[in-house]
Amino acid sequence: MKIDDLVFLIISGFTVASALGVVLSRNIVHSALALILTFIGVAMLFFGLGASFLGLVQILVYAGAVSVLTIFAIMLVMKPDPASTNPSTPSRATHILGGLLAWSVVVGLGMAIGFSRWPSLPAEPAGFDTVGVLANLLLGNYVVAFEAAAVLLLLAVVGAIILAKGAEKP
Amino acid sequence: MQDLMSLIWLIPVLPFLAFASIGLLLHRWPRLSAAVSIAAIGASFLLSLLVAIEIFGGDPGRVFEMSVRWLEMPGLKVDMGILVDPLTAVMLLVVTTVALLVQVYSLGYMEGDPGWASYFSYQSIFAGSMLGLVVANNFGQLFVFWELVGMCSYLLIGFWFGKPSARDAAIKAFVTNRIGDFGFLLGILFLAVVFGTLDFGQLAALIPAYHNLAVLLPVAILLFFGPVGKSAQFPLHVWLPDAMEGPTPVSALIHAATMVAAGVYLIARAFFIFSQVPQAMLLIALVGGFTALFAASIALVQNDIKRILAYSTLSQLGYMVMAMGVGAMTAGMFHLMTHAFFKSLLFLAAGSVIHTLHGEQDIWKMGGLARKMPITTWTFVIGALALAGIPPLAGFWSKDEILLGAYAGGYTGLYLLGSLVAFMTAFYMFRLIFTAFFGGNKGGEHAHESAPVMTGPLVILAVLSVVAGLVGSPLTGNYFGHYISVPGVAHHPANPVIMSVSSLLALAGIGLAWLIYQKQSVQAEDLRQRWSPLYELLRHKFYIDEFYAWLGKTFVDSGARALEWIDLKLVNGAVNGLAYLTGWSGRTLRYIVNGQVQSYAIWVVFGVALLLATALMTVFTVLV
Amino acid sequence: MIGLNHYLLLGTALFGIGVYGVFAKRNAIAVLMSVELMLNAVNVNFVAINRFLQPDAALGQLFAIFVIVVAAAEVSVGLALIISIYRQRQSVNLNDFNLMKW
Repeated sequence: MKIDDLVFLIISGFTVASALGVVLSRNIVHSALALILTFIGVAMLFFGLGASFLGLVQILVYAGAVSVLTIFAIMLVMKPDPASTNPSTPSRATHILGGLLAWSVVVGLGMAIGFSRWPSLPAEPAGFDTVGVLANLLLGNYVVAFEAAAVLLLLAVVGAIILAKGAEKP
Repeated sequence: MQDLMSLIWLIPVLPFLAFASIGLLLHRWPRLSAAVSIAAIGASFLLSLLVAIEIFGGDPGRVFEMSVRWLEMPGLKVDMGILVDPLTAVMLLVVTTVALLVQVYSLGYMEGDPGWASYFSYQSIFAGSMLGLVVANNFGQLFVFWELVGMCSYLLIGFWFGKPSARDAAIKAFVTNRIGDFGFLLGILFLAVVFGTLDFGQLAALIPAYHNLAVLLPVAILLFFGPVGKSAQFPLHVWLPDAMEGPTPVSALIHAATMVAAGVYLIARAFFIFSQVPQAMLLIALVGGFTALFAASIALVQNDIKRILAYSTLSQLGYMVMAMGVGAMTAGMFHLMTHAFFKSLLFLAAGSVIHTLHGEQDIWKMGGLARKMPITTWTFVIGALALAGIPPLAGFWSKDEILLGAYAGGYTGLYLLGSLVAFMTAFYMFRLIFTAFFGGNKGGEHAHESAPVMTGPLVILAVLSVVAGLVGSPLTGNYFGHYISVPGVAHHPANPVIMSVSSLLALAGIGLAWLIYQKQSVQAEDLRQRWSPLYELLRHKFYIDEFYAWLGKTFVDSGARALEWIDLKLVNGAVNGLAYLTGWSGRTLRYIVNGQVQSYAIWVVFGVALLLATALMTVFTVLV
Repeated sequence: MIGLNHYLLLGTALFGIGVYGVFAKRNAIAVLMSVELMLNAVNVNFVAINRFLQPDAALGQLFAIFVIVVAAAEVSVGLALIISIYRQRQSVNLNDFNLMKW
């Protein structure tokens, strides 16, 4: 077994464990912290896949901004007892049905992946300038989508402010 | 000649133009509408007169025909065309003359009626349709105009649609005619299928060579359905007496002189078909003869002046149809022409009486009108004499021709029947005259002679009723039969015995009426008592209407109830059930919309899982 | 030898965990976090496929960037909504968010 494989196994195990922590923890703050760990795990996977720029973006946006925003929101709506802030659905039926469905999706997708046949893997080109290629794509062929994403972000910010501020009392 | 003939198409078109201009533009100005209508029919009359002079001045076999292609499909070509032969020329002349006189008369009769403009527009479209029917050169076109005159009849019977009885009569006429027209249309379609053409000329050339009686017999009988409906022969006669609910000039024009004669005209026009089928001819003769006797017997006991005339019309139409059936086509057409004149005269004179008596139609409430309305009375008497067949008036010659035809054709029974009908005709007409016009005054204190615009047409028609018979009498060498005849059938020479017998019978009828109703040496009431069952039978018109009503109640109503059940329970049940199902599923399924985001998410992922399963199934199938 | 399949399986596992979280949690913020997990699973797939099937074109990474952008927008608006609803209902429990009930 190569060292790369071992690293992948460790990182993926860490990521999955963190993700399970997100959904299993009964304390919402713990969940948020586990979410940050998951984001970092995913970022490390990106590094491993040679997408170092994306890994940085992942850490900046997710582990930085999104997590902080989430924790901020948690603080705003926090109940006095943090231990029971993140309970599971009381309905057992929903619980079982949801679990079964999630399992069936995982199993189904896993089977689909198992059936898939991929072409032989090409060698990674040496010294590939990922950031340069991305920049060319973003500001070239995909400039419209880029601009649309910018507008979307702006609208999201404005909308979030309006929603969170609440309607003014006349 | 050729110039005149190229204008023939104007004869039917002019009244149609009058109808369109009145209906679309002029209906706000009633007097202008009437003027346009009368001008149009007057122009048609003049053209018809010129055409008749041209036709009857020349060779009898001459025919003028022109046509344009109307529709064409595989196996069938139908033209819109004009066929002018002596038969057409006679009809043109009769229709335009009577229509013109009736429209002039209507100026007085319909004075002040709120529907004046529409009345004249209907009159115009009727005249145009009738003329189009007469000049048609094929069955397709004839059927179109046949239906159009039926529609005009419906409109004009129901002209005073405020009266429920007028509405009912119009509907009755329409429905009854529908039965006849249905058979007629089937006959036409039969012809189209078998021969691939509807043209009179081509059919006349094809049919004598076509000996398949199995085809010709149903064709002839189906075609005869049309005349049975339109000319009100038994058993579809019931609409004509009720049609008297229309204005009296309409009764004179449509329900005495022209439209009801269209059936007879059709038999004459299609004589080349009927004459090939002896069984159909016999049927026609029997139906006609029976109708003649049947209607005359009912007319004996009617009290309504217009209904007496209506049953008389039925009876005379039966006479004409009988003439066709015994092969005396010439006599039938001749009687059609003379009958048109004297029967429209009788109706118009009756209308004059009704007009002055403000709608009174019961002859027992009239009386002594002779002194107050001399012109009306004497023209009516002339018409009645002509109808009764007193020489030398028009009806004598034509009726005599029919009786001669029946006798010479070997139909002795029908001859005797016709003679009996002639006797009855004279009796009921003079029963009417002695009761309504002579004798004591019974309520007509304010009666006065009608305006010249009404008496003028009466006088003209009276003159025609006297002289029109001469064209076909032996005195003039049978001029009429020279032009209108069946090729190859010899004209029977006049028989003085038949003439004198029928004249004597008519005189006997008049005399009997005089004895009972004028001199009153026999009391009508006593006769009524003695023959009570027969009287009641005639009084109720042989219970035909009641029988039809019973038929309708028994069969149509039960069928309707069955259909109603199907509609309410099955059709409505299915529709309402569907609606209920929709509502029920909505009420049930709405619990899915429980406001819980997570349950929605479950449904979404459930769908995803299903899609995934389908995809995997496909993959498995490919792999295995 | 670790290949594309392993990465895809990892993505599937993350996605399944996210799905389960969406179903099983009552706290709206937790549900939102589960959605983030699912989005991250998708990103892993994108980048892995990009790496193993077309390493000379960065399209997979490009799409991952867009996903991140949209996820950021979604999370900000979603949290704002939760806060807004919390003001009215004093709760972040999804079972109480039944304004759209039949």
